[in-house]
Amino acid sequence: MKKSIRIIAVIAALILALGCLAACGGKADNGTTANGNSESAAEAKLTATDGVLVMATNASFPPYEFVGDDGAYAGIDVEIAGLIAEKLGLKLEIQDVEFGSIIGGVQSGKFDMGMAGMTVTDERKESVNFSETYAIGVQSIIVKEGSDIKSFDDFFNADGSVKDIMIGVQQDTTGDIYCSDTVENGGVGEEHVTQFKTGNDAVQALVAGKVDAVIIDNEPAKSYVSVNEGLTILETAYTEEEYAICVSKSNTALLDGINDALASLKAEGKIDEIVGKYITK
Amino acid sequence: MKEWFADLADQFRLNFITGDRWTWLLDGFKMTLVITFFATLLGIAIGVVIATIRSSYDKNKESMKKKGGFGYRLLSFLNSICGLYLTVIRGTPVVVQLLIMYFIIFASSTNSTMVAVISFGINSGAYVAEIFRGGIMSVDKGQFEAGRSLGFNYIQTMIYIVIPQMFKIVLPMLCNEFIVLIKETSIAGYVGIRDLTKAGDLIRGRTFSAFMPLIAVALIYLAVVIIFTKLVKRLERRLRNSEH
Repeated sequence: MKKSIRIIAVIAALILALGCLAACGGKADNGTTANGNSESAAEAKLTATDGVLVMATNASFPPYEFVGDDGAYAGIDVEIAGLIAEKLGLKLEIQDVEFGSIIGGVQSGKFDMGMAGMTVTDERKESVNFSETYAIGVQSIIVKEGSDIKSFDDFFNADGSVKDIMIGVQQDTTGDIYCSDTVENGGVGEEHVTQFKTGNDAVQALVAGKVDAVIIDNEPAKSYVSVNEGLTILETAYTEEEYAICVSKSNTALLDGINDALASLKAEGKIDEIVGKYITK
Repeated sequence: MKEWFADLADQFRLNFITGDRWTWLLDGFKMTLVITFFATLLGIAIGVVIATIRSSYDKNKESMKKKGGFGYRLLSFLNSICGLYLTVIRGTPVVVQLLIMYFIIFASSTNSTMVAVISFGINSGAYVAEIFRGGIMSVDKGQFEAGRSLGFNYIQTMIYIVIPQMFKIVLPMLCNEFIVLIKETSIAGYVGIRDLTKAGDLIRGRTFSAFMPLIAVALIYLAVVIIFTKLVKRLERRLRNSEH
């Protein structure tokens, strides 16, 4: 008995210590940014490391971001980010992380911005700031050819209950968050959703017949359907939404810089050019 | 400090109370236990069979070789199959094995929990087999000879004399293997299973905070391992009674 009390005490002490570390870490960060501002008051510090713009993404989301045939990162987001960095006079550095880790990392200052075909949602807005929209994303439904499912309504029985189906999604994407929600909120309930680490895994599971449909952004959906025979995208999409870049709430200078860069890129027609290069209508 | 605690309480509410997110952790925990339990059973079953074959071969190959015949050839064939199994399973990462099981071997199965149980069980079986074999080989040869001289046949000697002693020797290592296994199941999320780690991940993906969900998940694993270790210690103590 005594021993277990001691163990509990040690664990409690560990948690407190960790908590303190986290809290202190946060404070130290604030301190340095404040110093940085006062030292070069004329020129606000744009990024954590001078001259480098660190972009967090999840490079398994073609055509927005993926690893190209030559092993380098490629895609709409990557090219747009390259131009933004150029406009801001910074060197672009790409970090490939899990989609769910992007916002947390941007918030803590680990990454300067997150750009991963990310949809603007109210929940995400509470944690980070979003730039102007640079693309419109559509959540599409992929099924096997000849499937009984012809639209989102076919997931439900006549009485409004969800059929015995399983939908595959990429974990933490908007498709996951919407689908896992309750039926009243426009989803199908989490017991009908299987979350995979990448969109590709979800599509492989569909091919194997483990899930009945995959809900994912339209552009990657097209790529997946083009390389996997026997799949088709339903004509009626699940939702439409806007993609934007996320930046830490404490870094408005960078947000302004990105918005200015996006505005001038739009005016020059560069964004349409890049999107047109990857997406053939 | 007061602010810090208030912040902590907010974080706690956001991560666990809002939207009943704690139920995800609970369901995930149950899933982790289910997978670990059945994978352990399967692992022990596989381990016993393989250890029996391997140690029978090691102990008897000299005498059987002289006699030759079908028995010897069968045993050495089974022994090499077991050797192949051990090489492949211990030579590849368990994540890769899980993905191969899920996407290739059991591609048509929709029961992903079962696929996970089978792959973790097969993986664990390789390690358990070597633990058992080590246990059987470490029981003194004299014990075996004594059993035979008392009139037990080979199987009886194994069941009544060698295996009970072996069990005591392998218990700490078996416990170790279980501890490894329960934490290894944390990769089940790769194939879309909502285990404890995945539940924490899902909370993290929705609240965008790392601290609470990760620490909570870590503490739950830690608690299970501490409790389990205690139970095994008690069992070990009871088994030691026979030594006096």
